[in-house]
Amino acid sequence: MDDRYETSNDVTVTLPRIVERIPTVVVDDAHVIYRVHKGAGGGNTPVAALRRLVKRSSAPNIQEVHAVKGVSFTAYRGEAIGLIGSNGSGKSTLLRTIAGLLPVNRGAVYTQGQPSLLGVNAALLNDLSGERNVTLGCLAMGMQPDDVARMTPEIIEFSGINQRGDFASLPMRTYSSGMAARLRFSIAAAKKHDVLLIDEALATGDKGFRKRSEQRVRELREGAGTVFLVSHQLSSVRDTCERTIWLESGVIRMDGPTDEVIRAYEAFANGK
Amino acid sequence: MATTALVDPETGLTQAQLAARHGLRVAGERPSLTEYSRRLWAYRHFTAAYANAKLVASYSNAKLGQIWQVLTPLTNAAVYYLIFGVVLGQNTIPNFIAYLTTGLFIFNFTQSAVLAGTQSISGNLGLIRALHFPRACLPLAATLTQFQQLLASMIVLVGIVLVTGEPLTLAWLMLPPALLLQAFFNAGVVMVVARMGSKASDLKQVMPFILRTWMYGSGVLYSVKLFDRLPEWASTLIQFNPILVYIELARYALLEQAPLLNESLTQLWLVAAGWAVLGGIAGYVYFWRGEQEYGRG
Repeated sequence: MDDRYETSNDVTVTLPRIVERIPTVVVDDAHVIYRVHKGAGGGNTPVAALRRLVKRSSAPNIQEVHAVKGVSFTAYRGEAIGLIGSNGSGKSTLLRTIAGLLPVNRGAVYTQGQPSLLGVNAALLNDLSGERNVTLGCLAMGMQPDDVARMTPEIIEFSGINQRGDFASLPMRTYSSGMAARLRFSIAAAKKHDVLLIDEALATGDKGFRKRSEQRVRELREGAGTVFLVSHQLSSVRDTCERTIWLESGVIRMDGPTDEVIRAYEAFANGK
Repeated sequence: MATTALVDPETGLTQAQLAARHGLRVAGERPSLTEYSRRLWAYRHFTAAYANAKLVASYSNAKLGQIWQVLTPLTNAAVYYLIFGVVLGQNTIPNFIAYLTTGLFIFNFTQSAVLAGTQSISGNLGLIRALHFPRACLPLAATLTQFQQLLASMIVLVGIVLVTGEPLTLAWLMLPPALLLQAFFNAGVVMVVARMGSKASDLKQVMPFILRTWMYGSGVLYSVKLFDRLPEWASTLIQFNPILVYIELARYALLEQAPLLNESLTQLWLVAAGWAVLGGIAGYVYFWRGEQEYGRG
């Protein structure tokens, strides 16, 4: 079956929905298992470490976490999808897998272009001024130097870090965590992404910024991208996403229109 | 729910077929070597800007700021001169202070590039996990930062060499190509240690010792003639030590009477170029093969 054939043939029928839905992210029965260091504990003495080296066994303080257990879904162009679920349900792991930063142990994740993950711990260079970080961040996203020079004032304006004096020329280590998060979001949102993954980044800003960033997410979506939003703030999911996936203990509990899913999720969370 | 089913209801395709039909790629797949090189070239502005930013950031907390770029090598040279020149009374080498500083600055280029490279992946996880760019940008930027440092110390070196009475000759023209060859070799080594350091964080602790051993094997602090006392095979081995070769080239270029281990200039250049090509390419390929691993875990 060919998409072009479909659309050109059906000119008389006006479909309520766009016929050509182009998938941007296809997740096929993905399992993600990662290893975590439990940190200092028993068997962490130098002697024990040496014995492990000799015996070539792995450290005892490493535990395997089966974070995503067989998740499948397809995301289409122009969609904004909210990911909700209680803490430790595998939301962030799933995002990092889509971004190609964590390998799947079973199944597969296919993406169009290179998804960009925007997380709260996306650190830039703290010793440099905000302005230089904007330049670096934009170049790191593959923008051309003259575009970067043109966009820099806009990005700083959007982030609003200059509302309390000239913070753009101060090193980023002097920023409050909210300011730094705002700047990071503004940098990442300056470019059109095929797939943008946002991990709790909108929650850090103040109210004015949150409004602006929600607007920005909508614009990015209209620019024919797909946006994933992980958030514990159901209101921001409700405002930006029309589709929501509810993840619980690494499996999809529900996937559908945001209103329905959030209603079910709230009932679940209250009933606990 | 329709979208969670394994088979897409609209097209009757499985997830994998659907992905294949729309040309989706497996997430985090490693590009081919040519494609990777093309992307790396497209990100050259980022590499340069990042190298520059690191250089600025490294002295941002110091009151004297960028002056340390020149001050650090100068202080280093002073300390070693005090110990080897004054206290130990090294007097077999004519113009020892110039001999010492040449070796020290050339060696320091490789040393600091390797040390920075060890952490160029593990120290930038935030950046790697947030943004997608060819990871080779980072070790290359680390090399570039150190190259800029080297240029600053070369100004100091030229000053020292001229003040200590060496004449300005045509042989000086050999210095820039020698430094460039060393930069290529360094880039290769830096990419190797960057990949190794991304997995084994203990490498950071081991590296200073490896580098110190390397320094003693490169004839930085004493006359290279001492190596003649070694057994035949060992001194042959040291003749092919890349850093020693780069140091010898610089000494050949700048100093009139410096003792050299390699008598043949042609051989020096061949070994220097050989290491640059071999190290550069091997390091690049080795780094590329690990591309999809960086930032994971």
